[in-house]
Amino acid sequence: MSEPLFEFLCRMGDNTLVLGHRVSEWCGVAPVLEEDIALANTALDLIGQTTLWLNLAGEVEGKGRDADALAFRRDVWEFRNVLLVEQPNGDFGQTMMRQFLFDLWHKGMLTALQDSSHDQIAAIAEKSLKEVTYHLERTTDTVVGLGDGTDESHDRMQNALDRLYPFVGEMFVSDAIDTAMMAEGIAPDPADLRPAFDARLDEVLSDATLIRPTSDFAHKGGKSGQRHSEHLGHMLSQMQWLQRAYPDATW
Amino acid sequence: MYAQMIKSTGKGVKSLDEMDPEERAFQERINAGGKIEPKDWMPDGYRKTLIRQIGQHAHSEIVGQLPEGNWITRAPTLERKAILLAKVQDEAGHGLYLYCAAETLGVSRDQLTRDLLSGKMKYSSIFNYPTLTWADMGAVGWLVDGAAIMNQVPLQRTSYGPYARAMVRICKEESFHQRQGFDIMMKMANGNEAQRKMAQDALNRFWYPSLMMFGPSDKESVHSAQSMAWKIKMNTNDELRQKFVDQTAPQAAYLGLTIPDEHLEWNEERGSYDFSEPDWEEFFDVLQGNGPCSVDRMEARNKAWDDGRWVREGLLAHAEKKRARKMAAE
Ligand SMILES: [Fe+2]
Ligand SMILES: [Fe+2]
Ligand SMILES: [Fe+2]
Repeated sequence: MSEPLFEFLCRMGDNTLVLGHRVSEWCGVAPVLEEDIALANTALDLIGQTTLWLNLAGEVEGKGRDADALAFRRDVWEFRNVLLVEQPNGDFGQTMMRQFLFDLWHKGMLTALQDSSHDQIAAIAEKSLKEVTYHLERTTDTVVGLGDGTDESHDRMQNALDRLYPFVGEMFVSDAIDTAMMAEGIAPDPADLRPAFDARLDEVLSDATLIRPTSDFAHKGGKSGQRHSEHLGHMLSQMQWLQRAYPDATW
Repeated sequence: MYAQMIKSTGKGVKSLDEMDPEERAFQERINAGGKIEPKDWMPDGYRKTLIRQIGQHAHSEIVGQLPEGNWITRAPTLERKAILLAKVQDEAGHGLYLYCAAETLGVSRDQLTRDLLSGKMKYSSIFNYPTLTWADMGAVGWLVDGAAIMNQVPLQRTSYGPYARAMVRICKEESFHQRQGFDIMMKMANGNEAQRKMAQDALNRFWYPSLMMFGPSDKESVHSAQSMAWKIKMNTNDELRQKFVDQTAPQAAYLGLTIPDEHLEWNEERGSYDFSEPDWEEFFDVLQGNGPCSVDRMEARNKAWDDGRWVREGLLAHAEKKRARKMAAE
């Protein structure tokens, strides 16, 4: 049991770790000051959630690794985040679209995890859900505002959606780890989260005057760790640099 | 100190007898420790000087995000990353409070931003220096926020109400900024050999630029005399610099680090440290736009503003559409 559980916790924690890192790349260069502050808020929430998920993962694993050891000392193939969150920031529209798609999945996932048979998971989900509900409100407003804004902002948001939509499917693919989690009542079947996601996505895209791509083709390989994108390695080379260069230092 | 070399009227301080009744009442209110509020009458010079000062302070908070932002993606632990990000987020918030305070004087945030981006308005010289190692995150919090606090604490009593209230909010957060910096410094100074080297190197590079933050001696400056009479400047630059050195020298000793000044010495008679002046030629070069990172900083801010144009326009257009739809429905 502990191995699939460890995998599952890494998936949750790596999603927030990688996305939190991406969002933090915006520090100081957002389109308006209010967005600088809001993006930092989102990143801070995600980093906080990462600490909870990965510390628990380390505990479950029982090899003495904590959240920092997992975040800063694993290589690409050991990461279990979905491909969506490691995609580069692109322009502000792409960052917001990525965040919106993730928030919408994340909210559904956390809502279900509140009823987890695993008490610590339920507690982390409950705490995270408050933050993520707020993230989703904000990104929904932004996607609608920019989609239904000027011609330029509309086109940029449509491009962002087209670019990122092939990464949506992976969030809902079930595999052996998910089956094991379902069997224990620890986590839901990701596939079951899709209908509510689709319904809300259609509503928001309609308000945003954006068109959902017709192809449901989905890239895979992030959450299984089998094939990440090239982007993740570059992120890690920056994120992990100090820990790797000075392995015996404490910070 | 985030506002440097602020020019006031340049005419010297008038005596109460030389003032007309309106101005005299204004000055008497300040002398009695009263606050000036946005709707109150104020001399033109007071308004203009404050806009320059608050604007420069706000710009410093904004540009000041960049040298620390430079290390957020390389922070060595999750906790350090969160603390640094929260700190930089505070600085953005400080910028926001200060722009709001400036707006009460009749200048818009957009106008101030344009003046920053065109180079017409300045920001503190300190943010034109590079952050090269993780120890620099310690040095910036410890020294740069430390120097800022020296100036901002007395400004909580400044005569202009909105500015004073912004300072009260800012000061609450600044002590956390300095503490997190000192904490990083402690870890580095007590760390392995490479970390200790980084800590000393950071102090070497940031010491004199931190002293420059207070600006050159203004004992004889007519601008400063006027600003002090208006209570928008509370202490001379030399007073604040001395206070900073007196506070920081023992902290450096506690860290086991050496301040790069062979003349730094406790002066029993004065009850203060003697110390060397920074290189003021370098300071004026930096103000002229020749700081090691001046061009990079302005490029980064201009790029952020230009890249963000479509976002600002898009959100504005959407708000307009929403308003129009609501009107049509009513
Ligand atoms: Fe600040
Ligand atoms: Fe600051
Ligand atoms: Fe600060």
